[in-house]
Amino acid sequence: MSNDVVEAQGLTRRYGTAYAVRDVSFTVGAGEIFGLLGPNGAGKTTTILMLLGLSEISAGKARVFGHDPMREPLAVKRLIGYLPDTVGFYDNISAADNLHYTGRLMGFPLADRKKRIAAALERVGLAEVANKKVGTFSRGMRQRLGLAEIVMKDARIAILDEPTNGLDPQASADLLDLIRSLKAQGVTIILSSHLLDRVQSVCDRVALFNGGRIALMGTVDALGREVLGGGYVVEVEADGGKSVADRLAALPGVRTVSESAAGRWRMTCDRDMRGEAAAVVVAAGGHLHQLSLDRPSLETIYTRYFQGQGPQREEVPHAA
Amino acid sequence: MRREGSPWQGLGVVVLKELSDHFGSVRMRVLEWLVVLTALAAVYGAIQDIRAVTAEDPFLFLHLFTTAREPLPSFVSFLGFLVPLMAIGLGFDAVNGEHNRRTLSRILAQPIYRDALLFGKFIAALATLSVSLIALWLLVIGLGLIMLGVPPGGEEMARAFLLLVVTIAYAGVWLALAMLFSTIFRSPATAALVALGLWLFLTLIWPALSPAIAEAVVWSENQATLVITAQMLARLSPSTLFGECVMAILHPSTRTLGPVYVSQLQGAVMGSPLPFWDSLMVAWPQIVGLVAATILLFVGGYVAFQRQEVRA
Repeated sequence: MSNDVVEAQGLTRRYGTAYAVRDVSFTVGAGEIFGLLGPNGAGKTTTILMLLGLSEISAGKARVFGHDPMREPLAVKRLIGYLPDTVGFYDNISAADNLHYTGRLMGFPLADRKKRIAAALERVGLAEVANKKVGTFSRGMRQRLGLAEIVMKDARIAILDEPTNGLDPQASADLLDLIRSLKAQGVTIILSSHLLDRVQSVCDRVALFNGGRIALMGTVDALGREVLGGGYVVEVEADGGKSVADRLAALPGVRTVSESAAGRWRMTCDRDMRGEAAAVVVAAGGHLHQLSLDRPSLETIYTRYFQGQGPQREEVPHAA
Repeated sequence: MRREGSPWQGLGVVVLKELSDHFGSVRMRVLEWLVVLTALAAVYGAIQDIRAVTAEDPFLFLHLFTTAREPLPSFVSFLGFLVPLMAIGLGFDAVNGEHNRRTLSRILAQPIYRDALLFGKFIAALATLSVSLIALWLLVIGLGLIMLGVPPGGEEMARAFLLLVVTIAYAGVWLALAMLFSTIFRSPATAALVALGLWLFLTLIWPALSPAIAEAVVWSENQATLVITAQMLARLSPSTLFGECVMAILHPSTRTLGPVYVSQLQGAVMGSPLPFWDSLMVAWPQIVGLVAATILLFVGGYVAFQRQEVRA
């Protein structure tokens, strides 16, 4: 694809004989939200640091907008906005001054900086506390200030490491909204997380890390088909007894029907068959109480996948 | 493989930010008051003493720096003691502080190299120390002018200025040491303790220990070899180097900092002062030693910092 903005090929990071990241390859298209998922210590942060040119690349190559992070780190860092895991700011100066420092490092002139910072703080909802010292900020406010830095920088790619880690549900929902609005603006986003359900709601594609390698990669739906054996799971709750189950099983496209509780059936089918199921129940003279489609959740994919494989933890060094 | 761009990109920005941090910090204010008050006490004592024993001395003004009056030590002894304290105070949390505030990875994700960050921190701290020392120096000279009523001569001013330069170099050694420890140790408290411990060791214990070590390792009946070895060992301590510099600069009659052989004294007029340039030549190896130590320690910190993982 020609519109890939980030490209990693066989990316490897070795510490002595231990591998933190081993032979990782992926591409991220322009305007995409790409999720790096996996347990702690699976190599997500190391991969991110290699893309930023902050960690050495032992083997393989990385390209960010065609720039090599090892050779042209300044060009790469100008394009990427990075929100580290538990981002820190200088507590003794104000939010705006913290951003001024970053802006000066970027080389923006004062007038431009002022405009950018005011707009960025407005965007993340911190305009009122712009002149408050960061020491008084809550965790969620710091994360938002980190996003403000990325907005201020006008980054083409935003790399967010565990952005919702340690936030309360409201704060993390707000943060995810901000991330979506960045995407709407055309920013490519790479985000890492071990909180699967949150990530599922924003990511276009995900890569599942395990033991320093990418175990699975693709859209959540595709991963679901691959790992969960495909198919859709429809849950039907109705009265009507045995005849309903038989009729459901007889529908073309239904593979199996199992009774999970009295009057409750789970059917695995090739497509979304809620309509047909409803028709069957009604035709059998029963009352339909509930009808739902289980979307493949990352949580299920993740658990099912690792049940099958077992995490390869012996390969995971603790990258300090 | 060449890196793109200059390693100094962003250096000025870092220096300005660190300078404003230093001058605004409570720590700096405490250190400044400590230095100013103790030094003034020493100078005041010296002035009282000089007034009492006004002799015909062409270098009256230099006595301001070197005269001690019980129970206070002289101004230069104070400097030798307090400058390391200030330097360590400014440098001990330079790198690990950024780690612990978790600002390091965020700052390094901006388009600058690590070089700029470390070098900027060093320059800013050294500039802060220099500004304080220059202010102190001017204060002492002003006080001397008012209270002694004797204007210093050109050579006295040259020597006093050289003292200032040497003191800044001496501060640089301790600053580089503190920054090296701030890179090696993740905890600022550990870095501060180790730096202070080493300072106490090098300043108080090492000069006393070096003759003993020399006696243990030198198998020679020759007394001179023993003395020279002991002196060589003692000079590993920056405090010794600073003390010797002060000796040569502020006591113009100092002809050599090592042992003197009788043969070398032939034709010398005992007790007569050396010209400024000759005094400078006497102290030159010590001055070079101080600067070299600063560079070596800074390079050590630089290498450690470049190899360090950024993640917390």
